[in-house]
Amino acid sequence: MPWYDRVLSIDRRWVYLILGLAVVVPVIVEMHIPVTLSREVQAVYDFVSEVRDGELMLLAIDYDPSTMAELHPMAEAIIRQVFEQNGHLLLSSLSQFGPAMTDELITRIAADYGKVHGEDFVFLGYKPYPAITILAMGSDFRVPFPNDYYGNIVDELPMMAGVHNFGDVRGVVALAGGTAADFWIIYGNAKFGVPVALGVTGVMASDYYPYLQAGQLFGLIPGIKGAAEYEQIADRPGEGVRGIPYQTTSHAVILCLIIVTNIAFFAKRAATRRHSQAISSL
Amino acid sequence: MGETSWVDLFWTTVAALITLAIFSFLYKDNPAFKFVERLWVGITTGYWTMLLYHTSFTDKVVTPIFRQGQWWYIIPSILGILMWFRLSKKYGFLARYSLAFYIGISTGVFIPLTIKASILYQLHGSIRAIEPTWSGLMFVVAFLCMICSLSYFFFSKEHKGLLGVTSRIGIFTLMIGFGTGFGLTVMGRVALLGHRVSFLHDWVQQVVGTVF
Repeated sequence: MPWYDRVLSIDRRWVYLILGLAVVVPVIVEMHIPVTLSREVQAVYDFVSEVRDGELMLLAIDYDPSTMAELHPMAEAIIRQVFEQNGHLLLSSLSQFGPAMTDELITRIAADYGKVHGEDFVFLGYKPYPAITILAMGSDFRVPFPNDYYGNIVDELPMMAGVHNFGDVRGVVALAGGTAADFWIIYGNAKFGVPVALGVTGVMASDYYPYLQAGQLFGLIPGIKGAAEYEQIADRPGEGVRGIPYQTTSHAVILCLIIVTNIAFFAKRAATRRHSQAISSL
Repeated sequence: MGETSWVDLFWTTVAALITLAIFSFLYKDNPAFKFVERLWVGITTGYWTMLLYHTSFTDKVVTPIFRQGQWWYIIPSILGILMWFRLSKKYGFLARYSLAFYIGISTGVFIPLTIKASILYQLHGSIRAIEPTWSGLMFVVAFLCMICSLSYFFFSKEHKGLLGVTSRIGIFTLMIGFGTGFGLTVMGRVALLGHRVSFLHDWVQQVVGTVF
C-alpha cells in the first residue's frame, strides 16, 4: 500500500491517542506560554474595575457544566475582582443546570473574602425561558425573582434596597454557553439599553464579533483564551492560564495532521492522474 | 486525613471513573459507556423536571393562586393545561388556542426587537465615519470584504469582470471566516478535553496524597 493510502486510511483512534497525549503532557509537565491581550477582553476588565465600593453589576451565569471548562474561569476571575474592590454583585442563572454550579462558585469565593449573601451579593437563582425572564428583569428583578435562590424574599435583602431593574446596575456581563447570549443582546441591550458584555465559548465567539464591532457589546471574552487573558490582566492565574499550554500543543498537532493529510491527499490525486494518463497512453 | 476528606475522595473517584467510562467510547462502544450515558440522561431529566416544578409550577401557579390569592394567574394556568389536549384526537384543537396566544405574543415581542438588534444596529455599525487610524483602516478592509462576500451571493449576473474579482475575494473572505470558526471550535472542544484531563490529573494526585 502506498504511503499516502496508509496515511489517509489511518485508524481514527491513533488520532485520538496523539491528540490525547498533546493535552495530557502539558497538564502533567507545567509550562508557561504568554498570552497576547485583546482590546475586547481589556474592555470587560476595565468595566469590572469600576464596580467598586458598593457599585453594583449583574453577572449572568448562563451556562451549564458542559461549557464550564471555558466559562467557569471567567466567572471566578470576575467575582474575585468585584469582591476585592468591595463592589456588589447581582447574579442570575438562565441555564437550567447553572444554579447549583453558581451556588458552589459564589459560596466558595464569598467565604474567601468574607462576603455575606444579601449584603455584598445576591444570587437570584434560575427561571426558565431566558427571553421572558430578561424582559421581566427590565421591569423589576422582583417580577421573575420574588425570592432569591435560597428562598429569601428579595425585598427583605439589604443589598436590594433601591435596586429594581437594569437602570440600577452599571451593566451586565453575561457568561453564556447558548442562546442566552442573543437574548441579552436583543432584550437586555436593544430593548432596555443596558450595557452588555459577553463571555462565550470558543465555538460561539465568531458569531458575536459583529455585535462588538457595532457597539452593541462593550466587551467580549472569547473562550478559554479570553479567560486566560482576563486572568493575566487581573494578575490572577487560574484555570484559563493553565489551559493555554495544552491549547497550544493540541492546535500544533491538529495543524500538523491537517498538513500531513493534505499532502497525502494531493500525492494520491497526482498518483491517480499519472496512473490514468499511463492507461490512456497504452 | 479526616472523614470528610475520605468522603470527598470517594465522590471524586466516582466522578473520575465516570469520566474514564465516557472516554472509553473513543476506543469502542462498551457497557460501561452505555451505563454512564443512561445515568447522565436519567439524572439530568430528574433534575430538570424538579427544577421546572419548583421554579415554574410552584412559583407561577401554586404560590400566586393558592397562597397569595392572585386569582388572575388561573388564566395562564388554564392556557397551560389546554396545551395537554394536543394528546387527544377529539379535543386536540383546544391546544391551538394556547399556541396561538403564545406565538402571537412571542412574535409581537421578538420580531421588532430582532430587527432592531440584528439588522438596524448592525447596519448602523457598518456605516460610520472613517477614522485615520489603524482601527479605521481595518474597518475599511472589513467593509470591502463584506461587500465582496455579498457579491458572491449575487447570482443574477455571471461572475465575470469586476463581479468575478469581487466574488473571488468574497470566497477568500468567507474561507477566512470559516477557518476562524473552525479554529475557535477546536479551541472549545480541546478546552473540554483539557478540563477533564486536568480533573483526572488532580484526582490521581489526590489519591496518591491520601492513600500513600
